[in-house]
Amino acid sequence: MSEVPNDLKYTREHEWVRSEDDGTCVIGITDHAQAELGDLVFVEPPEVGTSFGAGDAVAVVESVKAASDIYAPVAGEIVEANDSLADSPELINSDPYGEGWIYRLRPESPDDLADLLDADAYQEFVEADSD
Amino acid sequence: MGLHETGKVIFDYGREGRAAGAQLPPPAPEPSDLPDTLRRRGRPALPEVSELQAVRHYTRLSQKNFSIDTNFYPLGSCTMKHNPRACNALAMLPQFLGRHPLAPPGAGQGFLACMHELQEILAEVTGMRRVSLAPAAGAQGEFAGVSMIRAYHDARGDHERTEILVPDAAHGTNPASAVMCGYRVRELPTDRNGDVDLDALRAAVGPQTAGIMLTNPSTVGVFERHISEIATIVHDAGGLLYYDGANLNAILGKVRPGDMGFDVIHLNLHKTFSTPHGGGGPGAGPVGVRETLLPYLPIPIVTHEGGRYRWLEEADCPHSIGRMTAFAGNAGVLLRAYVYIRMLGQEGMVRVGEYSTLNANYLMHRLQAEGFELAFPRRRASHEFIVTLKREHDAYGGTAMDFAKRMLDYGVHAPTMYFPLLVPECLLIEPTETETREEIDAFVDILVAIREEASRDPEILHEAPHTLPVRRLDEVRAAKELHLRWSPETG
Repeated sequence: MSEVPNDLKYTREHEWVRSEDDGTCVIGITDHAQAELGDLVFVEPPEVGTSFGAGDAVAVVESVKAASDIYAPVAGEIVEANDSLADSPELINSDPYGEGWIYRLRPESPDDLADLLDADAYQEFVEADSD
Repeated sequence: MGLHETGKVIFDYGREGRAAGAQLPPPAPEPSDLPDTLRRRGRPALPEVSELQAVRHYTRLSQKNFSIDTNFYPLGSCTMKHNPRACNALAMLPQFLGRHPLAPPGAGQGFLACMHELQEILAEVTGMRRVSLAPAAGAQGEFAGVSMIRAYHDARGDHERTEILVPDAAHGTNPASAVMCGYRVRELPTDRNGDVDLDALRAAVGPQTAGIMLTNPSTVGVFERHISEIATIVHDAGGLLYYDGANLNAILGKVRPGDMGFDVIHLNLHKTFSTPHGGGGPGAGPVGVRETLLPYLPIPIVTHEGGRYRWLEEADCPHSIGRMTAFAGNAGVLLRAYVYIRMLGQEGMVRVGEYSTLNANYLMHRLQAEGFELAFPRRRASHEFIVTLKREHDAYGGTAMDFAKRMLDYGVHAPTMYFPLLVPECLLIEPTETETREEIDAFVDILVAIREEASRDPEILHEAPHTLPVRRLDEVRAAKELHLRWSPETG
């Protein structure tokens, strides 16, 4: 069973979202997502300073199996990208909720975050999806 | 390990100055008039081996080939079928081989007649108005097809159409082709029975829809049952339908993309029509269109006027999307397809469709009877089908990758793995019409044996392959540190 930390929010596209004290949020892909993708070989990070709408494709991760888009969970501006993924995309496999974070976003409207899934709802979604 | 150990490249056998002396050209005079700056500083990086060393090295390498000529090759969506030798023999006639691509039409009427007839036959087989043989590969066919969709909308001044719809069971190359033509891709989900989710399609179409790229049968190995409805929905929204010919083998002689409502198609002659597929050399991706897209077909196209054949080029087709290559497609591949089609005839094509479907369904039912889980158990397979090894994975820890690697030890090529992405731990299996029942039965026995091994000692699978020249490859390193060019410094 994959790990689903309680203190994070989730999307149906298997991203996790962590709200920070400074009003930004950090985004990565879940343990379940990295396990499904397999070993990651390449990450195309989003460009810092660019704004996206909710659901827009902002980054790409590529594994030995597939290339997948990473979406913006809510509308906002990219304020930071994880540079160490360029040389070490495997951080997403080894530490999806920590060192393997992908980018930091400043939400247009912090209220939008309320619509995301909590850990229980995400867990349920993953289980229903794999039936 | 001896003189010829695995992993040696031709350079490893070399000694400075060694050559096949008797066959060397006479030494060239010293190029004394070349300025010093243009002269080589060192010796060229060429292998310096004897003729026999070269012959042995490449013969040994060729013996390591894993090919349809030596082994069962059920690689889904790739149609690894036997291609009759006669097709190649006729395509290699000296009159064809010796023809220069820039020869005037008067010096190549025979070749042009074959190409013209091939155009006509492919149009008839697919239900299209006209075919261009210009695209030199499947990906180029897709690019040409989507470019024509773009040209069609542009010609009508309809520049708002920015999206191409691609079902997640479509051929994997489709999204890339749409993006190459400047479109945004919107993915459509597949329902539980393997058909396109019609509600999602209705919600997705609109004035922004340029078209839909569909593979039918799809890469989940089933025929899209709502194709007429899909065509109506997309056409009503002003979009066009693109048919990816990846899986044409299954419906050959049975049903035509044109009759399903498609506006533009591409064919993979290197799958369906007698050219080895899968890294075996050049391909051919002819495109066909219905009336509305005729002006945009890529050139050159062969025409027959007043008893003579000639190429239609820029002056004849001012609205064409242009040329795909410098010449007129891959002549050898096109000739093999022509010969194959003439040998098969109309009845033969029906047989291809029927036997590829029969073989796939026989294999699918045998595997199901042995307890393997099908991804779409309620559907009849087309020419291929999906087994999901999720159950085996949960029970024994062996992944689809482990099963696939172990199959190599048993002497069969692994099926397509982990594609399409919507089915977990999947194998996409396509036996093709050219396998005998005995071969197919043997494959079932192998899968059963591997599952038994997985239940007894999963390590056998994890460490497979055990018997090939190289063991489990480091895929991550291969993807990240691609190193294909030998140099004296790096080896």
